[in-house]
Amino acid sequence: MSEKPTSDVLNRRRFLGAAGLGAAGLAGAGSMLPSLAAKAGEVAKPDPAITEIQDWNRYLGDGVDKRPYGVPSKFEKDVIRRDVSWLTASPESSVNFTPLHALDGIITPSGLCFERHHGGVAEIDPAQHRLMIHGLVDTPLVFTMDDIKRMPRVNKIYFLECAANSGMEWRGAQLNGCQFTHGMIHNVMYTGVTLKTLLDQAGVKSNAKWLLLEGADSAGMDRSLPLEKALDDVMIAYAMNGEALRPENGYPLRAVIPGWQGNLWVKWLRRIEVGDMPWQTREETSKYTDLMPDGRARKHTFVMDAKSVITSPSPQMPLKFKGRNVLTGIAWSGRGTVKRVDVSMDGGRNWYEARIDGPVLNKSIVRFYVDFDWNGEELMLQSRAIDETGYVQPTKAELRKVRGVNSVYHNNGIQTWLVHPDGVTENVEIA
Amino acid sequence: MSKSLKALAGFAVVAAMALPLAQAGAEPKPGHKAKDAVKEAKASAQAAVPAAPPAPVKLGLGRPALPEEIAAWDIDVRPDGQGLPPGRGTAKEGDALFQEKCSTCHGEFGEGVGRYPVLSGGHGTLKADRPDKTIGSYWPDATTVYDYVRHAMPFGNARSLSNDEIYALTAYILNMNDVIKDQDFELNQTNLAKVKMPNADGFYEDDRDTAEKAFWNKNPCMKDCGPAPKVIGRAIAVDVTPDEKAGPKVD
Repeated sequence: MSEKPTSDVLNRRRFLGAAGLGAAGLAGAGSMLPSLAAKAGEVAKPDPAITEIQDWNRYLGDGVDKRPYGVPSKFEKDVIRRDVSWLTASPESSVNFTPLHALDGIITPSGLCFERHHGGVAEIDPAQHRLMIHGLVDTPLVFTMDDIKRMPRVNKIYFLECAANSGMEWRGAQLNGCQFTHGMIHNVMYTGVTLKTLLDQAGVKSNAKWLLLEGADSAGMDRSLPLEKALDDVMIAYAMNGEALRPENGYPLRAVIPGWQGNLWVKWLRRIEVGDMPWQTREETSKYTDLMPDGRARKHTFVMDAKSVITSPSPQMPLKFKGRNVLTGIAWSGRGTVKRVDVSMDGGRNWYEARIDGPVLNKSIVRFYVDFDWNGEELMLQSRAIDETGYVQPTKAELRKVRGVNSVYHNNGIQTWLVHPDGVTENVEIA
Repeated sequence: MSKSLKALAGFAVVAAMALPLAQAGAEPKPGHKAKDAVKEAKASAQAAVPAAPPAPVKLGLGRPALPEEIAAWDIDVRPDGQGLPPGRGTAKEGDALFQEKCSTCHGEFGEGVGRYPVLSGGHGTLKADRPDKTIGSYWPDATTVYDYVRHAMPFGNARSLSNDEIYALTAYILNMNDVIKDQDFELNQTNLAKVKMPNADGFYEDDRDTAEKAFWNKNPCMKDCGPAPKVIGRAIAVDVTPDEKAGPKVD
């Protein structure tokens, strides 16, 4: 299987690769010009991008009233969430994916945070939204959004990963792009109140052990949450990245369950019931349980294991230049901070410590880089996250040895991207 | 009170005013002496910036939920039957309802249409290469069927079924899965939680910390690790990646 891709395949890859290239088109074209130092004796031709006066340099641009809520440059139009239509029966109960390949830093822009809904996006008038807390409490209470916004606030940056992220890759390489293999994750700053603040208002009874969180959407999403976690670091948030939540991310109110699977982060949150046992809802029995090779299944697999992925180069971001290049990616762990990220360029034989740059925060994505020279040789790129507990991201083979291939969720195996001599990059499975 | 004490007390008042917020809301302690106030004021003055007052645990926000309000929203059902409403239904009654409201997506016998969920069958497939995780083969609790239908079904018209209709649909679904054999068996508030599901014992608590302890590794290999890797599979060969045309249009 290590033979060269056919030209048809390569053409198709170039076509797909163009998704990530739109923005860089101009810069890419410029770099194709003979450089001044290229060949001795040749006279360098002047660059028309410099010598010709451009429209934007002469004519007036848009006024300040044109984009009262900003939009990305039109040259970035391909940097969007995308879905995989064959994954689900209906777009209202479906998922789309964050274009990780085109992003940098650690914060995901709000408009690019992946979406997963079960009954479509609930469009809720915040003036009509209520949060009820009842069950094993001293006083069942109802809060308005105004009530909640008068409570002490907290700001935290956390990743939110769907437990099914990379779930299509259990049996082998399937989707050609880290947007699709790893794009069910985002990382934003949340503003809200701690769940403890809210529970303190109602007064939790001493025999309480579990909470039920329920959404106001047409799926009435409900999930059980252990009280211990609720009192530890759970937030009820109304803002992300400095503005109100987007409707697709739970406006006006959602749960934030740091480090734990995204399905627990109930959106459009309207009800919290306090109880003494889990409810065994559809989402925590038929889904989000991990079927093991012996036919039994793990339940309550809440924590997201340490994981990483190289976002560029990747299938949607092929290598374009020989010489200097920047490899970059993201790493995260549901158990705390990422301590180290290793990168291999030869399919896991030899590893180098990557440079982490930017904030290293608890249960947040970190950004890593390797600045390297490429002379056109084939590369098998991998990254491996290590978290503060000493957990090392396993290979896919190690993971399958324990879990088989039917567990659907929690696939945190090491990803391999094969870079061909022409820079085309593809998702492969290696042994 | 002596003159000097009065003077000290006066200073304490001024000092307290000069430290707005610092002690606001703090109850004056019984037996609180002017001398102590001076000491505290001096100590506070040494700290660069006084802290804002801590919020009390009870904020006085929110209002009691009325019983009617709780009843309107408290629709969840637990495995022990807590939350099941009064009502009844049989599989026979559920059949007609299912054909009318559910079969478009789930098929007449819960076999599934297109990519909508399959509700029946799959028994004995959980160790197979392609397991069928249906209500009958996989779900541990019968109460979950009631809870889920009551929350979210029919898809696109949630919360439209009566309690009796949900009992009847639950009975029909359990009947399709051979969990309830008798078409005329009446499912109700008392007996639903007693229905034993085939895969009830098929689940155990997350044991990754012990079962996967090899993944905690102090010294992962850094150099000459294993044999040279070979490509054994390619996403390109599977060819199911959406292309440009599959993305939404952006104006």
